[in-house]
Amino acid sequence: MASTQHEHHDLHDTHDVHYNLDERFEFSSKIKKDVFTILGIGIVLFVIGLILSMIGGGHHHASIENADNLVVSINGGHEVNPVQNEQGAGHGSHHGAIGWLQRLYANLWLNNVFFTGISLIGIFFFAIQYVASAGWSAGIIRVIISLSRFLPYMAVMMLGVFLLAHHDLFHWTHHYLYEKFLADGVTPNPEYDPIINGKKGFLNIPFFLFRMIVFFGIWLFFAYVFRSESAKEDLENGSTVRYRRLVRFSAFFIVFFAISSAISAWDWVMSIDTHWYSTMFGWYVFASWFVTGVALITMLIIHLKEWGYLQFVNEAHLHDLGKFVFGFSIFWTYIWFSQFLLIYYANIPEETVYFFERLSRDQYAPLFFLNIFLNFVFPFLGLMTRDSKRKMRILKIVCTIVIIGHWLDFYLMITPGTLKDAGNLGLLEIGLAMIYLGAFLYVVFQGLQKLPLIPKNHPMLEESLHHH
Amino acid sequence: MQLVSKVREPLITGGKTYSDITNDICKCVEDAPNKRWLAALTASVITLAAGGYYMGDMLWNGIGKWGLNKTVQWAWDITNFVWWVGIGHAGTLISAILLLFRQKWRTSINRAAEAMTIFAVICAALWPVVHMGRPWVGIYWALPLPNTFGSLWVNFNSPLLWDVFAISTYFSVSCLFWFIGLIPDFATIRDRAITPIPRLIYGMLSLGFDGSAKTWMHYEAVSLILAGLSTPLVLSVHTIVSFDFATSVIPGWHTTIFPPYFVAGAIFSGFAMVLTLMLVTRHTYKLKDYITMEHIEMMNLIITVTGSIVGIAYITEFFIAWYSNVPYEQYCFINRMGGQYWWAYWSMMACNVISPQLFYIKKIRTSITMTFVLSIVVNIGMWFERFVIIVTSLHRDYLPSSWLYFTPTIHDIMCYVFSIGLFLTLFLMFAKFFPVVNMAEVKAILKSSNPSVYKGRMTIKNEHVPEKDRVLEKEYI
Repeated sequence: MASTQHEHHDLHDTHDVHYNLDERFEFSSKIKKDVFTILGIGIVLFVIGLILSMIGGGHHHASIENADNLVVSINGGHEVNPVQNEQGAGHGSHHGAIGWLQRLYANLWLNNVFFTGISLIGIFFFAIQYVASAGWSAGIIRVIISLSRFLPYMAVMMLGVFLLAHHDLFHWTHHYLYEKFLADGVTPNPEYDPIINGKKGFLNIPFFLFRMIVFFGIWLFFAYVFRSESAKEDLENGSTVRYRRLVRFSAFFIVFFAISSAISAWDWVMSIDTHWYSTMFGWYVFASWFVTGVALITMLIIHLKEWGYLQFVNEAHLHDLGKFVFGFSIFWTYIWFSQFLLIYYANIPEETVYFFERLSRDQYAPLFFLNIFLNFVFPFLGLMTRDSKRKMRILKIVCTIVIIGHWLDFYLMITPGTLKDAGNLGLLEIGLAMIYLGAFLYVVFQGLQKLPLIPKNHPMLEESLHHH
Repeated sequence: MQLVSKVREPLITGGKTYSDITNDICKCVEDAPNKRWLAALTASVITLAAGGYYMGDMLWNGIGKWGLNKTVQWAWDITNFVWWVGIGHAGTLISAILLLFRQKWRTSINRAAEAMTIFAVICAALWPVVHMGRPWVGIYWALPLPNTFGSLWVNFNSPLLWDVFAISTYFSVSCLFWFIGLIPDFATIRDRAITPIPRLIYGMLSLGFDGSAKTWMHYEAVSLILAGLSTPLVLSVHTIVSFDFATSVIPGWHTTIFPPYFVAGAIFSGFAMVLTLMLVTRHTYKLKDYITMEHIEMMNLIITVTGSIVGIAYITEFFIAWYSNVPYEQYCFINRMGGQYWWAYWSMMACNVISPQLFYIKKIRTSITMTFVLSIVVNIGMWFERFVIIVTSLHRDYLPSSWLYFTPTIHDIMCYVFSIGLFLTLFLMFAKFFPVVNMAEVKAILKSSNPSVYKGRMTIKNEHVPEKDRVLEKEYI
């Protein structure tokens, strides 16, 4: 049955087509092998990249000193943090060691943010289906929520990396920025930053950690409730109690998510460029997360179908998923463009600095334009026609590009602020992203095994099975 | 046949048949105008005329008749413009975006919502034209035509010019969409007409629609294409309206969240206006089987969602103003809350952010009275939103010696009343002479159900359902 294209069975008239509603996913050794291959290649690339970075490879460190010369910098006049200053001064002996560590931290943070977002979108998209009384998706709802299985691991990683590396990632974590005077109490502190000092009511480590823990806690709570209510539904034929309860919980989750996702975007991404601000930023990050999440869900569903599961999934389901990827790629572009245009047009230095930092550096400027190509031009043209949204092969190509493209989008949000001129896109970056992807897939497939793939008592299931 | 889950409420109640639909809707058009309609039309025309007197006086004497001053050079004129454009958004959202999302409940309300869109856009377009002082030259000065007065061109860098393009395109496409949708219904009325004049007029309007398979095929294809075109259009229009402010460097105007937040606000106010009008129409024409409680609840949910998006945007702006540490931004938002215009700010917050939250309570969102009251409250709030953004940002500019307070004159007020009169008059004319519900589309969804679905539907009275499908009270959970 493997990858045969589902020819239009006339599901509606011939009621002899029966699907196995009790089917369970088995994380077979064949699939495991694929996941381990991704993981293995990732580890190899990552290790090579790390070694190359450690032995001082790469020309990028040389330019660190030049960072001082940037006329306007995103964190005020002295944006180069002490670690980098040391590198500039020490020149040689240990600058490589610290350089690679910083690069590692920035990449860990980038992948944390990216994969946390994807896991969250699993919960969010699930909740949306219930609140909007969507019928078409009832059969694939378990695949959608399975993304949330990775969230606990991300919670640990987020906390861990922040505690370990906050000085390397977030300029505002340095206490000297807030001291008006030096230790003697008279001499003005040259490092004192009145603007960052003005933000300390929000940007301080205890409050930051508090927000992070509360958000993860509540997200994980909802993910648990959604999965367990959906599991209990399997045992209660004919009752809509679980369904109604899920609708109610979904509404609460969406309200909470609307607030928490925006604040997370300010915390985890926007505060890297501490001086800079944009009211759109929360929605920009959300848009990027959302397209990636839906593209990944589409990929999972196509693969599951190819492996012989979810046989009820037909072209109409793929079409709907394709429409989501297409529509929200345009939505992302809309948000991206609105933010860019307004900052560009008003031309206020405090705001343009964000784009200046990206466009004025050779290693980021080409990626900046590639980002638009991968995340807008490609899905826009690729999924424009009705037919292309209904073909598994085209969807696979476009979704892969979109996922890579949005990883790049996050790379462009995080790397220029953390690594400045030292930013690089090499084996280390690619390897680490593949490790995260491999781990993510491993956890999601493990999670998929725990429940039947199809929620057989979902009151909308018939609509989904006969969707056309 | 399409399966419909038992948990879905029916879209058309009362066991209506195809011929019931035709009769119920056509009756509104064919019957002689009733007294209530005549009274409403009279009131609207009086409003229009009273406002028209002041509008004419303003045009004759110049916009100095308005309360604008050297600091607040834009006030009610642009507020009214944005308010009306925003209201216009619901129609396209219902007919285009909900069509793409396959939301079948849109079919009962899309016709009236689209008509409302067109009238609202007319009322909006009025403002840029009249505020030019000499509208007869202004109209073509706004267009990028090479002219004979020298090589004067419009400023292509200005979002105000983009507005000219966006709104004229939007208006054209909305008219087209609305008219195409009306054709099959015009044909129905034409075929039922028994007197020559209606037969002639509706005959011309129906463009020879014959109901053949091929004609329907063209109709469906055009509807989908127009829906695809309208979707980016509806987003772009209010986005560009937001650019009018956000491209500037004025604190309170220049903020990147404006485009999506204006779009959300537009849908918010548009749905509120649709509800206000539809609740009246539903009551007057006795359409409660077509515009059911389910429809009202859905619209209320959209109001809650968009209202909450707007609320989050307000709070985001406020927070980021503090976070930015830009003193101008910080002052601007504190001044909004506690400055001379505090009353406008808090009216906006109460009407836009707090009032739609009441719809979380099922009892409120399924209450006709509450829905009607809140739909008006929301539109009051959305008017205040634009007023707050525009006037509070302008009246405290960078030069404290120019700080002034804006007070509307009678001409400000009556010109606004004129646009309301125009809107109501046009809508009442529509409601009398055109079918208010899209018969063809409602018929298309009538049978999208199967007998087992009927079973779960308590809203359909048992006597309308075949014997074998009747349900006992306790069967329904």
